[in-house]
Amino acid sequence: MLMEVKDLSLSIGKVALLDRVSFAVDRGQVLGLVGESGSGKSLTALALTGLVRRIGGRITGGSIVFDGQELSDLPEPAYRKLRGKRIAFITQNPMSALDALKTIGDQVDQVSRLHLGLSRKAARAHTVDILTRLRIPEAATVARAYPHQLSGGMKQRVVIAMALAADADLIIADEPTTALDVTVQAQIVMILSELVRKRNIGLILITHDMGVVAQICDKVCVLYAGRVAESGPVGQLFDAPRHPYSAALIGCIPREGMATGALKGIPGTVPSALNYGAECCRFASRCSRADALCHTTRPLPHAQGAAWVACHHPQGIAAQPEALDV
Amino acid sequence: MLGFAIRRILMLVPVFLAVSVIIFLMIHMLPGDPIDNLLRIGAGPDQRAALTEKYGLDRPLYEQYLYWIGNVVQGDFGNAIVQRRPVASLIGQALPYSLTLGGLALLVSTVLGVTVGIIAASFKGSWLDQGLMGGVLFGSMLPNFWIGLLLILVFSVSLGWTPVSGARGWESLILPVVTIGLGGTALVARVTRVAMIDAQGRDFVMLLHAKGVHPAVIQLRHVLRHALIPVVTILALRIGWIMGGAVTVEVVFARPGLGSLLIKSLNQHDYPVVQASLLILAMAVLLGTLLGDLLQAAMDPRIRDNLK
Repeated sequence: MLMEVKDLSLSIGKVALLDRVSFAVDRGQVLGLVGESGSGKSLTALALTGLVRRIGGRITGGSIVFDGQELSDLPEPAYRKLRGKRIAFITQNPMSALDALKTIGDQVDQVSRLHLGLSRKAARAHTVDILTRLRIPEAATVARAYPHQLSGGMKQRVVIAMALAADADLIIADEPTTALDVTVQAQIVMILSELVRKRNIGLILITHDMGVVAQICDKVCVLYAGRVAESGPVGQLFDAPRHPYSAALIGCIPREGMATGALKGIPGTVPSALNYGAECCRFASRCSRADALCHTTRPLPHAQGAAWVACHHPQGIAAQPEALDV
Repeated sequence: MLGFAIRRILMLVPVFLAVSVIIFLMIHMLPGDPIDNLLRIGAGPDQRAALTEKYGLDRPLYEQYLYWIGNVVQGDFGNAIVQRRPVASLIGQALPYSLTLGGLALLVSTVLGVTVGIIAASFKGSWLDQGLMGGVLFGSMLPNFWIGLLLILVFSVSLGWTPVSGARGWESLILPVVTIGLGGTALVARVTRVAMIDAQGRDFVMLLHAKGVHPAVIQLRHVLRHALIPVVTILALRIGWIMGGAVTVEVVFARPGLGSLLIKSLNQHDYPVVQASLLILAMAVLLGTLLGDLLQAAMDPRIRDNLK
């Protein structure tokens, strides 16, 4: 495994925000981390890149193993050498992710000069090469431009270029398409999935867009209120979601030929981290299948087909009894 | 950029004229006139009338103004009535002293203020931040002339390290520079700190950390550049303020300079000198504003593009 996260728990101050989150991603794989806002997706990304310390977060349990190396207690200087070089991070909003006072070229060069020790000249050639491969027209001119002179889609490609500048093995992309136009979203998604196949790298894609998940992910991990609700191969999740929350998320995707009014939302909202219960299913208050057990006992993840599901009353078992044998 | 600069300079012309009218009127509304200082004791009213006519002070105000401003525009500040020398030579003698003092004071407050601001912002919320900012706040509450007197008392009178007054040698510059510089430091430090903290919280900083850039490099090469834009604007505005602030400090330290010249001429009602000195101080404010705008455009590509 390229990166394996096991029972990761994380707090900011006294508030526990992640509770025993586990998932894994290998080379050539795309793992989708999905869930509503407030489910802990972005926080997980910050935890994996060691940046969570910057916002006062603290890993309270579990492990993050990257290429055989334990990261959860890695000191900051060592983490810094890893960041940008082997683990690249693509932030949410390309509009504000770049330094407005520096040229595009300078900002991409920075990565290869820092991590590969390239000279100014070599770094620029490298940058122009990467920008060209990301199908940015007239890359040399773009390298001399400032961020405000580029469109949002262009800027996101520049951020992706930074992730490639030192040949990262793992890219963590936090909602890379949310701030972009729909047409541009598709391009960025295609670029990312192509990179994974061509360079044989791992990609952790954080998104709340189930459409994007269906398009490029191999595996999915559904987060709810700081816990994993369900994780498994993308095919099974879409065909036969076991956790009522996964099913509800999929019910939110508009489909061709859908009758008017058939599109379902999920009633209620994600509970605030201050009101997370320890001994209960955190989805219980919004779940149609919930009973007394759900409100008093924490559901532990157990195998359901090829997936892991944390639910007392998973659905779809009757429909696919053969899956139980696995 | 050049076109922008020229446009901005042209825009200064009406402001300059308006300021000159205000200065002229204010001075002529003051009670007393320079003739009092020229007349010998016991001189009769006809002698007064003769002198008044000689210097054109019997003409209507608007005529006097037009005559004066017409000459100023051609670079002629006229002759001092009481001091009996060309105003240009009086000012030419005083200005270098004030420029040296003001320039060094600006340098001191910039270097000191920006450094304190960076340190405070980098350790935001710590005892270091609170201590520095508390000290700076205290410093900013003290008036210039009082700091000056205090410094003289300690370093010149008690310790005897620096001259009490005058303008002989570089040692005599230390205390006045520190006096004016310290007052400015407080403002610069506060603006730098707030601008740094604002810039530190922006999204691009997180991406820089994600790129593995060292935090010190992020602070000094990225965050500081953003923070310096408002700081430079404030500093440019302060150019005029510092030149004006030099007035009291020059008097306290008995240094020659524009301030001393202005006070002396005011006491003597020497209209042409007062007018010219005030006009130069006003020009310093105007040029400071212009410089601030130009520097801002030079530092921020977004502003640069907006000008095209």
